[in-house]
Amino acid sequence: MNDKIKAKLLKKSRAARTEQRGKFLSTTCIVLIIAIVIAIFGFIASHGLATFIVNKVNPLTFLFTSNWNPTVMHHGKPEVGALPMIIGSFGVTFLAVFLATPLAIGAAIFMTEISPKIGKKVLQPVIELLVGIPSVVYGFIGLTLIVPFIRHLFGGTGFGILAGTLVLFVMILPTETAMTVDALRAVPRHYREASLALGATRWQTIYKVVLRAATPGILTGVVLGMARAFGEALAVQMVIGNAALLPENLVSPASTLTSVLTMGIGNTVLGSAANNALWSLALLLLLISLLFNLVIRWIGRKGEIK
Amino acid sequence: MTKQPILTADNVHLFYGEFEALHGISLSFFKNEITALIGPSGCGKSTFLRTLNRMNDLIPHVKITGTIKKEGQDIYAPSMDVTQLRKEVGMVFQQPNPFPFSIYDNVVYGLRLAGVRDKQVLDQAVETSLKQAAVWDDVKDKLHKSALALSGGQQQRVCIARVLAVHPDIILMDEPTSALDPISSSKVEDVLVELRQQYTIIIVTHNMQQASRISDRTAFFLQGDLIEYNQTKAIFLNPQQQATEDYLSGRFG
Repeated sequence: MNDKIKAKLLKKSRAARTEQRGKFLSTTCIVLIIAIVIAIFGFIASHGLATFIVNKVNPLTFLFTSNWNPTVMHHGKPEVGALPMIIGSFGVTFLAVFLATPLAIGAAIFMTEISPKIGKKVLQPVIELLVGIPSVVYGFIGLTLIVPFIRHLFGGTGFGILAGTLVLFVMILPTETAMTVDALRAVPRHYREASLALGATRWQTIYKVVLRAATPGILTGVVLGMARAFGEALAVQMVIGNAALLPENLVSPASTLTSVLTMGIGNTVLGSAANNALWSLALLLLLISLLFNLVIRWIGRKGEIK
Repeated sequence: MTKQPILTADNVHLFYGEFEALHGISLSFFKNEITALIGPSGCGKSTFLRTLNRMNDLIPHVKITGTIKKEGQDIYAPSMDVTQLRKEVGMVFQQPNPFPFSIYDNVVYGLRLAGVRDKQVLDQAVETSLKQAAVWDDVKDKLHKSALALSGGQQQRVCIARVLAVHPDIILMDEPTSALDPISSSKVEDVLVELRQQYTIIIVTHNMQQASRISDRTAFFLQGDLIEYNQTKAIFLNPQQQATEDYLSGRFG
């Protein structure tokens, strides 16, 4: 009898065992995810850094010169000036965000403050639909509508940063609008009431209190839109012209980090200087995306403390 | 002495869609007095308070009949400027609700709305209002820090200062101390008694001791009806209605 009780007391209960199993399972999952992320970083870094270590290219040359010709050896080194792509990527990103942000804020104000009913019933599903459209569709529309339109307006081929900007603008607009809507909805009702009770009009309340209180959330949306624009490959590649040259103007063919990658990675041999150069571009892309992520987190933290 | 009422409600009915929340309230408020509205939860006292600065306008499907006149002017008349009304009839809410700005920006919010830009005027208004609200000594060294970093009681007094800064005639208070601890509550009560000299205050409260301590007149609401309205002393010492007596002696509510 005593032994039975003793055994029962020493044995783990069912609940404790379930607990332990659950803990083990979720730990395994998180370890796996971390391992994958580290592996990706390690792989990209090992190949991307080879340009500088094996091929002895000066990183400053990589970042700040504009001759991109990695298959040709020049004095024993490949020509890998990535400046045209860096400028192309940042150019389309900033221009697209510059166009999309005011529109996103305007649309979000309409959806949350002016007509929440239409906002919820009509615009919300439309925006969710727009987010879900595959990027190749956007690219195709850009190629068949926007590029000929620009060619008609400004001459030239029509391919270039302007076409890329317009396509990205349409692509990030729903993302940014959705984030801004969330940010505005999260502004507590009592801020609006307090403002109105002090004799503010609805418009004064919106721009003096609601937008101000929602600024961290709106900025997060902006940075998220930038991250999406910066990382978008296919749609941009279809309309930007893919010339690794410093863009002369907004309608001359250009390229971005992503477009050069998707164009070139299939045509090089792993381990060759040309291949390493592309990995260096990928590494740069990864680092900048990481930077965007850090900025989002930083804004989020700043918004929390208040 | 017969006083002239500053605010008069006459036969005010209020409907939320089909539901009638107020069944014809007629009530007069007098200058430089504190009037307490008491009654159990859901009796319509907060709803009635919010008709006085037209905050119910914000809620869809609300219909209001009857008239409310402020110094002879019908506040529900089509020609009434609601923003002007709300500047004259300020409101302090149940939960302290400072904006997520600095204390200074909170207090001058109403003045900036009115287009005041002069730094000296704003500075002066901040100091005066915060002193009136008895919170100046707590915050004078951190005017440019966020108001959200203050304690609940301090936040509520900053909210009172924010209302005072626009110089209303009447201040509506919707259970201003119910979210505060007893010490903070008593500070807010002291502020109200001080403010009576310059303002007319209408306060909704759950706390009968509070009503008896600070108010000049008390109105007792029950299920959307005004049961009894009189001098606070008379209501508490000698209630005329059975329901009032039952509520005040704690038999329900």
